[in-house]
Amino acid sequence: MESIGVLMACPMNPYLEQELDKRFTLHRFWKVPEKSTFLTTHCNSIRAVVGNASSGADAQMIEALPKLEIVASFSVGLDKIDLAKCKEKGIRVTNTPDVLTEDVADLAIGLMLAVLRKLCESDRYVRSGKWKKGSYMLTTKFTGKRVGIIGLGRIGMAIAKRAEAFSCPISYHSRTEKTETKYKYYPSVVELAANCDILVVACSLTEETRHIVNRKVIDALGAKGVLINIGRGPHVDEPELVSALVERRIGGAGLDVFEHEPEVPEELFGLDNVVLLPHVGSGTVETRKAMADLVLGNLEAHFMNKPLLTPVV
Amino acid sequence: MAAEDQSQTSQSDLPYVLILKPPPSFVLFGDHFFHSPNFQYLKAYESPLPLPHFLHTHAQSVQALLSSGGAPVTADTIRLLPRLGLVVTTSQGLNHIDLSECRRRGIAVAGAGTIFSADCADSAVGLLIDVLRKISAANRYVKQGLWSSQGIYPLGYKLGGKHVGIVGLGSIGTEVAKRLEPFGCSISYNSRSKKPLVPYTFYPNVVELAANCDALIICCALTDETHHLISKEALLALGKDGVIINIARGPIIDEKELVHCLVKGEIRGAGLDVFEHEPDVPVELFALDNVVMSPHNAVFTRESFDDLCKLVVGNLEAFFSNEPLLTPVALDDLPHFSGRKD
Repeated sequence: MESIGVLMACPMNPYLEQELDKRFTLHRFWKVPEKSTFLTTHCNSIRAVVGNASSGADAQMIEALPKLEIVASFSVGLDKIDLAKCKEKGIRVTNTPDVLTEDVADLAIGLMLAVLRKLCESDRYVRSGKWKKGSYMLTTKFTGKRVGIIGLGRIGMAIAKRAEAFSCPISYHSRTEKTETKYKYYPSVVELAANCDILVVACSLTEETRHIVNRKVIDALGAKGVLINIGRGPHVDEPELVSALVERRIGGAGLDVFEHEPEVPEELFGLDNVVLLPHVGSGTVETRKAMADLVLGNLEAHFMNKPLLTPVV
Repeated sequence: MAAEDQSQTSQSDLPYVLILKPPPSFVLFGDHFFHSPNFQYLKAYESPLPLPHFLHTHAQSVQALLSSGGAPVTADTIRLLPRLGLVVTTSQGLNHIDLSECRRRGIAVAGAGTIFSADCADSAVGLLIDVLRKISAANRYVKQGLWSSQGIYPLGYKLGGKHVGIVGLGSIGTEVAKRLEPFGCSISYNSRSKKPLVPYTFYPNVVELAANCDALIICCALTDETHHLISKEALLALGKDGVIINIARGPIIDEKELVHCLVKGEIRGAGLDVFEHEPDVPVELFALDNVVMSPHNAVFTRESFDDLCKLVVGNLEAFFSNEPLLTPVALDDLPHFSGRKD
């Protein structure tokens, strides 16, 4: 398989990179100085693209690679891949579902606890030496708070299951009501936001869900409400969120994703009720290895004409 | 005439509740939340008299005492209060009260019951996720603007599938276990005695527990037996991939050894709400990204504070009207507490 050209969109995982290097002719797109020349030169040898949450295969890329057969994403999210174009051209697409569900859900709960219980601020407080001068920090109890989930897929359900152990009443909004669950369904995100204490974004990013958390939703969530985003940055109208936080119109936020990663609005840096993470939802040693193995497994299966492990298209 | 009589009856006839030092909640929120028309507080800390003199002066009027971690109730104090019938504490811990002396004198003790269990458990789980997933460290990284300049943050460690060892399976330990189960953790524990109806694996000693788990969570009381329970041996048994979370009492862990293990990488990380000599914290910890610390505030939520006010007032009112206490501490099966200060 060494003559098969694989284009890796950006750095994502040293182990994955190493393995791709061993098994294929790997082209590291981020190291290419003249990208369009490169594509013209290599377009007939590149048969696979490996992308991730930041960089995938848009229409332009797909058009530039006439021999492209498969796009294997090192992520569960598919928003960086032009799925319609892939379908049109018969290009297979795979992602990494299930293996990262637990880590993302764990992080969502971790962010809820960090924001409500001011864990990061408490740590900062101790490190600053302020504790010696007296005072304590007053925080908000997490147990029993109403958790509203946007998107009750694998990750949304995993978050619900965890929050239930903290006696949190669960409600959700989804494209369709999931009658097999006992959680309360709200037909609109605004209603969901108005009826929960913690709103968490756990749906996939599509045309429909872009800015699903907008000014109206933020207003409905209110001054005591907390927003947790472990989905995609564009799920939230970021400037609206920033002004709501700066003006204390909502109670706090825990954000793992942003509209223009790795850029993060600096107005948020000084807010003690905001926790900011550098898109680490699936960022554990164990899970990234499992994700890499899935990408490798899918590629291998494809080039050996075997059924794909986790096909999307 | 009748109205005047009533107002004159008010203050001076109300029974006294002695306070040696204001509890943290008095200082933080104000003592008016703890007021009742049925008793009044006698604040030793507001008197110019030295304490023994103050106690001697008021000895005959004091039937109840409101205590907290920073105001220990020692045998000496108890002996100066011949009419003492009740000690109420605002804290979860009881290690600052000489329970044996209370039992000997027939003095009832009212604790926090289980009002703090949820918050303590939430703290423990929060700290565990924070340490494994590097939440506080990564938050610092982003807020310093390093994500755009320095790029990808180092990977954390998965919580799912980890073996969690709970030291002390009381009310708090049970709440911790309950919360960690849906995360896919397998739970084991060490306690004074095996709990018959519990689905978790029991280990007869803490070193064996540590050797068989990836994360140790300290949820037990501080007693003479549990002082430095987490020794160098236990920490080494926990090992390089092990994490320790302490939301109980600092002296349960040999802090010098803990710091040494963290600095040398003998354990993976720690989440600590309590320390041996609060508010002093070993400075070596400040340089470590794999340590998350909080200023002994695991129970300081608005909600728990509301519950605490109601409970303290409720216990005192029950005592003064000869009704059963809301949260009496059983004094018959006591571990050894020598009334040592927190």
